[in-house]
Amino acid sequence: MNTITNTDTAPDNKLSLFKKKLTKWSHHPVFYPLVGFLAVFTIMVIFNDNFLTSNNLSNVARQVSINAILAVGMTCAILLGGIDLSVGPVMALSGTAAAGMMAAGFDPAMAIPSGMLIGVLFGAANGFMIAYAKMPAFIVTLASLGIARGIGLIYTGGYPVSGLPQSFSFWGRGDVFGLQTPILMMLVVYAIAYVILNHTPFGRYVYAIGGNEEASRLSGVRVPLVILTVYTISGLTASIAGIILTSRLMSGQPNAGVGFELDAIAAVVIGGTAMSGGKGAIIGTLIGAMLLGVLNNGLNLGGVSPYVQNVIKGVIILVAIYIGTSKRKK
Amino acid sequence: MSSLLELREISKNFPGVKALSNINISLNKGEIHAVLGENGAGKSTLMKVLCGIYSNDEGKIVIDGIERNFPTYNDAIDAGIGIIFQEFSLIPYLNAVDNIFLNRELTNRFGLLNRNVMNAEAKTIFETLKIDIDLSIPIDQLSVAEQQFVEIAKALSLNAKILVLDEPTATLTPTEATHLFTIMSDLKKRGVGMFFISHHLEEIFEICDTISVLRDGEYIATTPVKDTDVDKLVEMMVGRKLDNAFPEKISHINHSNIVLDVPEIQIDKDAPVNGFQLHEGEILGFSGLVGSGRSELVRSLIGADTPVKKTIKLNGQQLTLNTPAAALKVGIGLLPESRKTEGLILPFSIMDNILLNNHENEMYAGILVDRNKERKVACDLIEKVRIKAPHEETIVTNLSGGNQQKVVIARWLNNTCKILIFDEPTRGIDVGAKFEIYELMKKLTEQGISIIMISSELPEIIGVCDRVLVFNQGAIVASLEGSEIESNTIMLHATGQAT
Repeated sequence: MNTITNTDTAPDNKLSLFKKKLTKWSHHPVFYPLVGFLAVFTIMVIFNDNFLTSNNLSNVARQVSINAILAVGMTCAILLGGIDLSVGPVMALSGTAAAGMMAAGFDPAMAIPSGMLIGVLFGAANGFMIAYAKMPAFIVTLASLGIARGIGLIYTGGYPVSGLPQSFSFWGRGDVFGLQTPILMMLVVYAIAYVILNHTPFGRYVYAIGGNEEASRLSGVRVPLVILTVYTISGLTASIAGIILTSRLMSGQPNAGVGFELDAIAAVVIGGTAMSGGKGAIIGTLIGAMLLGVLNNGLNLGGVSPYVQNVIKGVIILVAIYIGTSKRKK
Repeated sequence: MSSLLELREISKNFPGVKALSNINISLNKGEIHAVLGENGAGKSTLMKVLCGIYSNDEGKIVIDGIERNFPTYNDAIDAGIGIIFQEFSLIPYLNAVDNIFLNRELTNRFGLLNRNVMNAEAKTIFETLKIDIDLSIPIDQLSVAEQQFVEIAKALSLNAKILVLDEPTATLTPTEATHLFTIMSDLKKRGVGMFFISHHLEEIFEICDTISVLRDGEYIATTPVKDTDVDKLVEMMVGRKLDNAFPEKISHINHSNIVLDVPEIQIDKDAPVNGFQLHEGEILGFSGLVGSGRSELVRSLIGADTPVKKTIKLNGQQLTLNTPAAALKVGIGLLPESRKTEGLILPFSIMDNILLNNHENEMYAGILVDRNKERKVACDLIEKVRIKAPHEETIVTNLSGGNQQKVVIARWLNNTCKILIFDEPTRGIDVGAKFEIYELMKKLTEQGISIIMISSELPEIIGVCDRVLVFNQGAIVASLEGSEIESNTIMLHATGQAT
């Protein structure tokens, strides 16, 4: 009798234990993005013989790095309940400014921080207007999208800036112990962002303000200061992306990054961060960016037309948002 | 006279609270019927049941002898019930005509709006009401009273036979109120039955025929206006026994030490200038009707809002508090009125909510948070304020109101506050949890912490406070101590009846 019940229930128990664990995991913000990523990855492996090669995969990671780095600032802004539409042009402006200085003979050690400073200042200006002048983030960053793009074009006269020193190519084309610099930079930026968002009081404030700004303010959180800092961070990550892109191309392209803000938003949303703020995870964004990268790469390898690719990307974003909202209703 | 409307044995439960129990009220044609009671007595709930916003758990609504049932607000409108809410339901950027015809616009045969007909019809309605307002401008450019007239016109254009006016005069000037009463008298002659809710007793004596009193969701009595007076009404409204709902009244007040001195604070240009003092270990009550300016005052005090004038001395030292962050720095904390919209970070766990505004003691390397230390601090506080929850990482949305409130309290206990301001700390929470919160407040005063408690519940004010300031229309009108803290006295001051 006993033995019978034992053999009967043992697999059941294992199954229910697994189910329990699965429901527990499924509450983790990164669960659905990860499942989505693995699904897309698997499909690409099945349909493309050329996909699963170390060469191709490191290509994907490098291609992803720029969007992934932009998406860090975007994640912070969206977690806060805001948005930063200006990341693409700010990226381009930082890059061309650095390129311009190098073309004029400045050392990269001087030109790179200067270019980045411009991105940081742009972010800070956005943050100041949003936090202290209480202007809506969408409008402020939409305006600075135009302004940053315009300044970049005025500065270069609309032409790419070339003639950069060979040493500068390290940031986009070099490697450290075999790991390509853009990938390394991406990992470093994500590691720092992870620590800041999850292990510092500042990170808690970002989530708290996104969750309930008024409650945070009444509790004594210095809300405007946090908002200012977040947009400054977004300017910083945009400028890092700008340096990498400029080095990759070995020229400052004032027209680079058109529509990049939308890719960054897509990565954040696919990564499971709520557009309403307060909920999400930075690792989810990395997975979201990877998912988009794998999708791009796989579809390109498979010879799918770019027009069709756009449709597929859009559908995936819709699915991600549907999963996000249906989870929230529960 | 035949009854136009009968509410028979209406009961309504909210989770943990009996909001209405066994209410019987009838309304006749052309009658103005006052529904009277303290804040939270169930007046608004009853009116919301009547017009289908809440469903009643028990009882019947009978109109013209026919039993009716309103699953939605629109069903009630169809049955001839109009309600003028405390918060208006008009669209601010549309004009009066568009508002009146919202959702039932008249169109011509091409399916386009037929503005001429709508304008003409609206004009007729306003003419019969003897109301003269500009129908062409967006209603947010009208005065509050005029907006209210538009609400009334809208209800009447829907052929309302029964009109509910929920504190319509709260935001009106005396002249505007008089105009409203003229319109009400006119409607009365046309046979419209009206429920009138107001905290101003003199208005009720001026305009109403009948008065029904509610208390704690129970029906107390109905009486013709001519057979009663202010004293009798106040007694009916507040006359209840205070049972053991409060901890023993031991005062820990240190009269020689004034912790907080606010010689002047003015929240608005037209608002009165107030001043008050708070002693060490004192529980100072802010009593008054809803909307009497108590929350606004404390928000200005801690710098959440910007007042016109403010002088604060903390332990004799003059301060300017421009933000809640600055107030926190000097040890003043506010437990806001609405815990869901102003208190809690809803997506956060209990632990993260508690630790929101103080990470100082739980850091290592000066910048990083030590989760283990944090967890210990949070668990200690959870135990101290007795939050009942399965885990410290339980998301706060899953907690009961009482436990949610304790989470916000714990957040302030994690700081070294000397002054805590509790704004309606027990609203919507059950009796047991209330008692625990009172006990906690007593314990805090024992440690020399001073407390300001805003409450619209008289028993709570009477049962807990050492001293009570009574507010009426933004002004502190009385300071009561000892045996003066008593419901009739407070109520008279709060309604402006005290002479």
